[in-house]
Amino acid sequence: DNLSSVKNVILVLSGKGGVGKSTLSVQIALGLVHAGKTVGILDTDVCGPSIPKMLNLENASIYQCDQGWVPVFATDDKKLCAMSIAFMLGSKDEPVIWRGPKKTAMIKQFLTDVHWGEMDYLIIDTPPGTSDEHLSVVQNLKGRVTGAILVTTPQAVAVSDVRRELTFCWKTSIPVLGVVENMSGYVCPHCSECSLIFSQGGGEELAKQENLRFLARIPLDPNLANCCETGRNLIDVFPDSATLKPMMELQVQTDYCCKSR
Amino acid sequence: TMDVPQDAPTHCPGTESEDAGKSSACAGCPNQNICASGEAKAPDPDLSKIRDSLTNVKHKILVLSGKGGVGKSTVTSHLAYALSEDVDCTVGVLDIDICGPSIPQIMGLQGEQVHSSGSGWSPIYVDDNLCVMSPGFLLASPKDAVIWRGPKKNGLIKQFLRDVDWGTLDYLVVDTPPGTSDEHLSIVKFLSEAGITSAVIVTTPQEVALLDVRKEINFCKKVNIPIIGIIENMGAFVCPNCKKSSIIFPPTENGVKGVAKSMEIAYLGSIPLDPLIGKCCDSGQSYLQSPHAQGTLSYKNISNQIKDYCYISN
Repeated sequence: DNLSSVKNVILVLSGKGGVGKSTLSVQIALGLVHAGKTVGILDTDVCGPSIPKMLNLENASIYQCDQGWVPVFATDDKKLCAMSIAFMLGSKDEPVIWRGPKKTAMIKQFLTDVHWGEMDYLIIDTPPGTSDEHLSVVQNLKGRVTGAILVTTPQAVAVSDVRRELTFCWKTSIPVLGVVENMSGYVCPHCSECSLIFSQGGGEELAKQENLRFLARIPLDPNLANCCETGRNLIDVFPDSATLKPMMELQVQTDYCCKSR
Repeated sequence: TMDVPQDAPTHCPGTESEDAGKSSACAGCPNQNICASGEAKAPDPDLSKIRDSLTNVKHKILVLSGKGGVGKSTVTSHLAYALSEDVDCTVGVLDIDICGPSIPQIMGLQGEQVHSSGSGWSPIYVDDNLCVMSPGFLLASPKDAVIWRGPKKNGLIKQFLRDVDWGTLDYLVVDTPPGTSDEHLSIVKFLSEAGITSAVIVTTPQEVALLDVRKEINFCKKVNIPIIGIIENMGAFVCPNCKKSSIIFPPTENGVKGVAKSMEIAYLGSIPLDPLIGKCCDSGQSYLQSPHAQGTLSYKNISNQIKDYCYISN
């Protein structure tokens, strides 16, 4: 079994798109690697894969070994690897126009045929919604998910979608590690005034109401967006960034929550 | 395009494929005989029903984007508001984001329920000339998760087109979920006999979003949907304190204009990242009620370009 040496499996979920699931999947992974762990990221967003771009692995492709597909390594010390459909596409502009059953089959292969090897964490990035991809992940992992991290932005429209995702977790018996509020407040680079572009507190409020752990509040930071564009680690490029503190908090909390399970 | 039944095996070639009923995956499939006979390739009888039900709906516009959270629902609702400012223009909004419907909240219609009459399901009216249909109106509680695989989602989209009493509309603006999957293939197929359909693409300026948008544009080209143009959302942010603007989602490689140019589609304009837009969406109000806001001017300008496009293509 290709997942037998994987200690923790974390799902990164959110009902809504564009709230930063892929960004946070990558940053949590980088933080855990920084702390000495070995980490894999599985991108299950078949129609809109972003993980390769965010790890600067856009031109990588996949090889076979006796045990199955070899994931793509993102660091020289092989502490971080990733798997995504983007590694199998001829052109990055080519759309993947697939209905449910083909997506389901692909995800099953990612979970059974990839040789993940010894790994402290497998982080599974998901597309928005509660449909084929999510059901496939849950069905193929049956009880092996350590927990899910729910990502939301603060505004009410996003929080309502995340509530639906929470219902999904309950219905499918996935433990929830906690809630992250992303894009919370933006500090104007000219006058340092903090604007709440997408409001504030929605994620924390949700955590309180549903009795979940509130993991972190990450601000809207152009430097973080820049890291995603260029596949770099926030801590390496912007060590003075104000985003670093809450980001490390998120990484530490994730590690802690998994250990206490 | 692919049409795969709910009970099909994983490598089903699709009921409309040349290999239907003949590929190795078909062995043991309950539908194998029907597929092999060619019966499944016959046109879906519901397509003509949809055509009849939409005979008085002039322009069907899909709002698309590969990526989530770029503002499809915000743009859909505000284009609908802008188009319907002309009282002689009737507009419908159809939300086909089955698993994450945002339209009811954005348009202030939470808690509304759909009523059925002799002529089908009645959409919810926001104004005399603006009506809305969303899967959100079918949920008992806003917390309810719609945990559905493709075929059930497709079934509901079909019902929204065939069984809703849309009446006479100048524009039907369709809000879609992110991606290029079931919902997108289905809406395109279901509208195939119903006449003029075109698409508006929405994106934010950063490359991670443009990556998905190029896929969506190629999707439109593959399924032959004309693209009216591309809208840049969450462009510049103007600080309410010092009035200076800054870029939160940094573009690379010439941004949205670059994509429009290289993929030969029209650039319709940029909508600024104005905190008031998010606030209006959360409280279910139209941002266009702030007549002098930069974003309002952008929306009006874009909606005029869409009107012109539809007028000419008619």
